[in-house]
Amino acid sequence: MADTRRPLSPHLQIYKWQVQMVTSIVHRATGIALAVGTLLIMWGLLALAGGEASYNQFKTCIGSPIGLVLLFGWSWALFFHLCNGIRHLVQDAGAGYAIAQFVRSSWLSVIGSLVLTVLVWAYVLAGGAA
Amino acid sequence: MSANANSKDLRNPLKRARGLGSAQSGVGHWWTQRLTAAGLIFLGIWFVAFVLCSLHADYATARAAVARPWNALLLIAFTVTAFWHAVLGLQVVLEDYVHTRWLEVVSLVLIKFVAVLGALACVLAVVRVALGV
Repeated sequence: MADTRRPLSPHLQIYKWQVQMVTSIVHRATGIALAVGTLLIMWGLLALAGGEASYNQFKTCIGSPIGLVLLFGWSWALFFHLCNGIRHLVQDAGAGYAIAQFVRSSWLSVIGSLVLTVLVWAYVLAGGAA
Repeated sequence: MSANANSKDLRNPLKRARGLGSAQSGVGHWWTQRLTAAGLIFLGIWFVAFVLCSLHADYATARAAVARPWNALLLIAFTVTAFWHAVLGLQVVLEDYVHTRWLEVVSLVLIKFVAVLGALACVLAVVRVALGV
């Protein structure tokens, strides 16, 4: 364990909440959620390869109310991680570090992910490819 | 003159250390995480589009969609890259927050095992569907 008698830097609860803190934390949280979601994709592919019975079972599970809520959460997590990931790649290239730009791109990630999630689920609820 | 154990090594010690950093693996992790991220921008958008096009598909339609060569190829690329990117990200999270050394090492090994098995399972499933076996 770390020696906690030494002075420690202040932790999260000390700071005033700012949008760039939220995007940073949520980027990690959505990353963890998406890692679990990758297992769902694996389940779907294995179910499809396993035959008609296992595929229908998979469809019933993800089509159930709990399944749909999880899918909704995962779709938003994917779009947030996608938008904010692009933002991080831009920052890795050395751009967008002025405080105003940093705050603006954080909001862009949040709003962009919500817009994409709403669009996708509007498409799904409208009947999809039918 | 030479302070290291390999006194017969003709290379300058600086040559061996340069670019490796304190972790001894250089920027390999960081760079691979960015590379897989860049790939997943395209593969992820393609995957969402693929799923939206296959909504409510019955068994035969779904199999036919996955079996199409480009779809099979991109599905394999997407799942392998996703597991790879996931394990690199989870590794950083575990290194940051798990402070008990043995627990940290065990969980780091565990996520790698799960990710490799998961990626292989996805590849096997897509290949089975694509080849119709």
